[in-house]
Amino acid sequence: MSKLIVKAENLTKTYKLLAEDIKAVNNIDLEISSGEFVSIMGPSGSGKTTLLDMIGCLDSITSGRLEILGNDVSGKKESKLVKIRRGNIGFIFQDFSLVPSLTALENIQLTLHFAAVKQETQKSIDLLKRVGLGHRINHLPRQLSGGEKQRVAIARALATEPKFLLADEPTGHLDTENSQEILNIFKQLNQEKGLTIIVATHDAELGSQAGRIIYLKDGKIVSK
Amino acid sequence: MNIISIAYKNLKRKKIRSGLTIGGVAVAVAVLVSLLGFDKGYRQSLTSSIDKMGYQLLVTAKGCPYEAATMMLKGGGGLRYMEQDVYEKISSDSRIDKITPQLIATVYDPNKENGQGGFALYMGIADSYLTLKPWTKFKSGGWFSSETADEAIFGYEAAEFEQRLVGDKIFIPNINKVLTVVGIFERTGSQDDGTIFLPLKTTQTIFSLPDKLSGIGIKLKNLSDIAEFEESLYNEPSIQIISMSQVRGTILNLVSSAKVLANSIAVIAIFIAVIGVVNTILMSVFERTREIGVMKAIGASRMDIFKLIWTETILVCTFGGILGSILALLGSSVVEKIIKGVLPYAPSGQLVLIKPSLLLEALIGAIILGVVSGIYPAWRASSMIPVEAIRTGE
Ligand SMILES: Nc1ncnc2c1ncn2[C@@H]1O[C@H](COP(=O)(O)OP(=O)(O)OP(=O)(O)O)[C@@H](O)[C@H]1O
Ligand SMILES: [Mg+2]
Repeated sequence: MSKLIVKAENLTKTYKLLAEDIKAVNNIDLEISSGEFVSIMGPSGSGKTTLLDMIGCLDSITSGRLEILGNDVSGKKESKLVKIRRGNIGFIFQDFSLVPSLTALENIQLTLHFAAVKQETQKSIDLLKRVGLGHRINHLPRQLSGGEKQRVAIARALATEPKFLLADEPTGHLDTENSQEILNIFKQLNQEKGLTIIVATHDAELGSQAGRIIYLKDGKIVSK
Repeated sequence: MNIISIAYKNLKRKKIRSGLTIGGVAVAVAVLVSLLGFDKGYRQSLTSSIDKMGYQLLVTAKGCPYEAATMMLKGGGGLRYMEQDVYEKISSDSRIDKITPQLIATVYDPNKENGQGGFALYMGIADSYLTLKPWTKFKSGGWFSSETADEAIFGYEAAEFEQRLVGDKIFIPNINKVLTVVGIFERTGSQDDGTIFLPLKTTQTIFSLPDKLSGIGIKLKNLSDIAEFEESLYNEPSIQIISMSQVRGTILNLVSSAKVLANSIAVIAIFIAVIGVVNTILMSVFERTREIGVMKAIGASRMDIFKLIWTETILVCTFGGILGSILALLGSSVVEKIIKGVLPYAPSGQLVLIKPSLLLEALIGAIILGVVSGIYPAWRASSMIPVEAIRTGE
């Protein structure tokens, strides 16, 4: 059996509000193995982002158990979570989240700079070529199309050679054609490199092409 | 990829806002540099002005010491007169190295100040005057032909101003006297430059001040004798004695009260600049909350974020420091004019002295300003929780 990337038992996240407590993620049991392409689907407010944030070690968990890459993250705060996150997890956001003042190349160099990786420039150029943007390296984000921006973001997420990719609504701001292109890159990365990819999405097309689909409703898994 | 260039690019995103903040720092730095430059320059030119008088002590007729101090620097002695026998009495003292009598006379000249009328000032001097100021040279002509000659010597600027050459005749209004210009001094950088000199005896005669003097300049053989020497003259009823170091102190005192005010303005300017810097950087941190959250998500450590914001602040202040130094240099002549108009007494020479070392100090000061004001915004940015920061921007 292949290595476990995610292992969750009774995983719960509660947001305490004045009037009520919201169980955004409610008692979830989940295992994701290395090499899987998983999509998390469900209606708005069902807890997809919340689950993804906990898996990405961006947010602390309220109760239950969560192991990421073999590290127990239960009860851990940001200062500990950052150590698990750095270099191990690649993030892709719905709105691309590139630094607007930096070019495509510099956006990737910045990530490598944070990770203290040497030979930033050559590696960054190679990464951009891999997502088909070798001709756009000196463009600022505002000089790129949405699809190109998301490809830069993917190149950035791959820069530190992470153990798995997390993408929250990666095609939410893209048209069908660009969405398909992103999906193709994901499939290629998953099939050729065996990279584990976890995507939260509303996009039925994207969702259905994943190896496994997890449906969430009101913070609970309704089918795996 | 270095952090300074990232920080610089971030500042460029809001050019106007960054520019205004840099401008604020620049103004504060410029004010401070000008004030410090003035302090140095004023002290220096006052000291050199006093040294160029050639004497350490001035004996004058009794009168208001402040008025006397100012008058004397403007040309030598309060306009009260003492008897010449005081000079004879003092000059025999063995502690004296050099001594010279002088007599200042004024005359109302209706043509002065472009026809508005004003007082023309003449200074009667004796041969010994030059021994007290051995550095004085003639630009043209030479010394009076005799002690009673109807002749005049012009200071450099006085000659320039009135466009006089050796051989010209000058007319002294009211007393209807014509004198011949026999010499013009080289520039000395002292009040002498603007003075018209006559022989002492001639002055006494034509202005009807027989046997009168307005001042006696004295240089002692030994500086340490000053106190003792002054004391020995206390019992002379009609005179007072002013030492140059005392004059210097008095003037610096007058100036220092004005400086307290100016310094507090500088402190306020710096305070406002710091608030401006902190405000600008904090604002940009809050605007970039989501971006900072994303940077943390993709691997930036607290230290990375802290350094980035800190660098931005230090950059703003460094640019401000450089700009402020340039402003201070360019504006020093303007500041000089303003100060000269305001001061009770302005010595000749450069009043605002801005040396490279002062500019370096100012720049270092500005950087320290950045280091200090950057701490809070940088700390705020670095302690953002990524998940909250990312959701804030949505
Ligand atoms: N910081 C928060 N404080 C309080 N409640 C929150 C917070 N974040 C999310 N929630 C709530 O938790 C639930 C799950 O939110 P989440 O963002 O995970 O949903 P989602 O499935 O990603 O929805 P969408 O498809 O719209 O992105 C929602 O009811 C939401 O209102
Ligand atoms: Mg969501």
